[in-house]
Amino acid sequence: MANALSALLSTRDWLMADGATGTNLFNMGLSSGDAPEFWNVDEPGKIRALYRGAVEAGSDIFLTNSFGANASRLALHDASGRAHELSRIAAELGREVADTAGRPVIVAGSVGPTGEIMEPVGPLSHARAVEMFHETAEGLKEGGADVLWLETISAPEEFRAAAEAFALAGMPWCGTMSFDTAGRTMMGLTSDGLARLVDDLPNPPLAFGANCGVGASDLLRTVLGFAATGPDRPVIAKGNAGVPKFVEGHIHYDGTPELMAEYAVLARDAGARIIGGCCGTTPEHLRTMRKALEDTPPGPRPRLEEIVARIGPFSSDRDGSGEEAGPARKTRRRRG
Amino acid sequence: MSDAEDDLILAELSDEELVPQMHDDLYDGLKEEIEEGVNLLLERGWQPYDILTEALVAGMTVVGRDFRDGILFVPEVLLAANAMKAGMAILKPLLAETGAPTVGRMVIGTVKGDIHDIGKNLVSMMMEGAGFEVIDIGINNPVEKYLEALETEKPDILGMSALLTTTMPYMKTVIDTMVQQGIRDDYIVLVGGAPLNEEFGQAIGADAYCRDAAVAVETAKTMMSRKHNSLVAG
Repeated sequence: MANALSALLSTRDWLMADGATGTNLFNMGLSSGDAPEFWNVDEPGKIRALYRGAVEAGSDIFLTNSFGANASRLALHDASGRAHELSRIAAELGREVADTAGRPVIVAGSVGPTGEIMEPVGPLSHARAVEMFHETAEGLKEGGADVLWLETISAPEEFRAAAEAFALAGMPWCGTMSFDTAGRTMMGLTSDGLARLVDDLPNPPLAFGANCGVGASDLLRTVLGFAATGPDRPVIAKGNAGVPKFVEGHIHYDGTPELMAEYAVLARDAGARIIGGCCGTTPEHLRTMRKALEDTPPGPRPRLEEIVARIGPFSSDRDGSGEEAGPARKTRRRRG
Repeated sequence: MSDAEDDLILAELSDEELVPQMHDDLYDGLKEEIEEGVNLLLERGWQPYDILTEALVAGMTVVGRDFRDGILFVPEVLLAANAMKAGMAILKPLLAETGAPTVGRMVIGTVKGDIHDIGKNLVSMMMEGAGFEVIDIGINNPVEKYLEALETEKPDILGMSALLTTTMPYMKTVIDTMVQQGIRDDYIVLVGGAPLNEEFGQAIGADAYCRDAAVAVETAKTMMSRKHNSLVAG
């Protein structure tokens, strides 16, 4: 148990992760289109407040404000040279908050996607992707992150590149993908596809799972898909608090704290051991989730109909799990 | 996959066989085969516009439908679109010479703060595949860039894309500015991106939210025909 997350997991049945970063920073005045990571330097007090919001609401793990802190994403803001610095400071601020929490809290260094498509379909080479992820990883490591936390990934190639970079940095890690397209990732990967991918990595993550995506119902179905593979490692569920709506000029997610409490309990019953929220999840949601997880005894694995009845409908009829691997393809030259 | 592969020689196919074969090759993203097919049809005296609509656009319609239905995903669609583009590259100068009609013009770009251009590129390619003229202004566009493009390109449609919850509200900034300048109703505004939904599109004042590239094409076609009808009626 060389790392803090494994140590904590060994003492607890479940852990609660944090909620949204973007949503909560908007509530603190971040403008749409600005890089949230700049606030690590320009508004450190607000970033500490973001982290504290999760910790005080009962999160055992929180993610650092470094989702877009890679050279490719920062290039938009003419700051591609600042990936290491902004990642490091994101983790340093996290360290401060975690070390004064009065209980064990894990600082998870968030690593988001590069935003580019990888070869052979797109322009980003494996080597360049590894290099960018490595830079971010070293920054988070230097800043004192306990683990690295890859999130919102769509492409298996990008997941593998990040894993390789984390091995170079010598850091334990967790990894989640976003299943937002008919129950699969944008690139077509199913939940069981990710479970297999994780098993095949030379340096597998401590835990794996799903984050973001469409709504809490879809995310629970994805967790059931992971659980059906009998995974060797803990499953992570970080779903959005409903779907986004515009209310009085601001984005508001329609998932109530009560709904997210139901979701948290169902996620645990579905097989997740690390449960949190994603977009739209505020400290208020986290508080009700924590309470529900503590007060509700574990139940049987929920059926799909039960998820629909309690959380709402799925965005698609099926999610591709348990079907033939890969999308159905016609074979070349079939008229031959 | 196995025995039948490569047994086929495109040049030996009749037109009736070649066109559906090209639909299959598009589906499979076979760029060189598409180029070969386009050249064969040209040699056989086909009009560039007929090749575009019957061989390429019709084939991409199948790809779009299977993408919409969750049978194909982004990597396959990108390969298909690349093959389509290769065919288009041959046809484009010929189409310009013959003065073939375009369905409409679209300016498209990802909003400020968003690097993601996967969805946007897919929409561009599928729109081009459907015969639209597309002016892609890239990623990370502030409102000024959109307005400038509307001014210079005079499109029928403005398309905006965002993949992040931190950037999607910026679409409203762009639309609000268009309203202020009194030019909102001069354009069809379509929005898309993973975190969006129909209600969001309505709330920010877009004409439509398009769930994916295939829906974007269908919506654009419907709205263009409505626009033409209202022009005729008006």
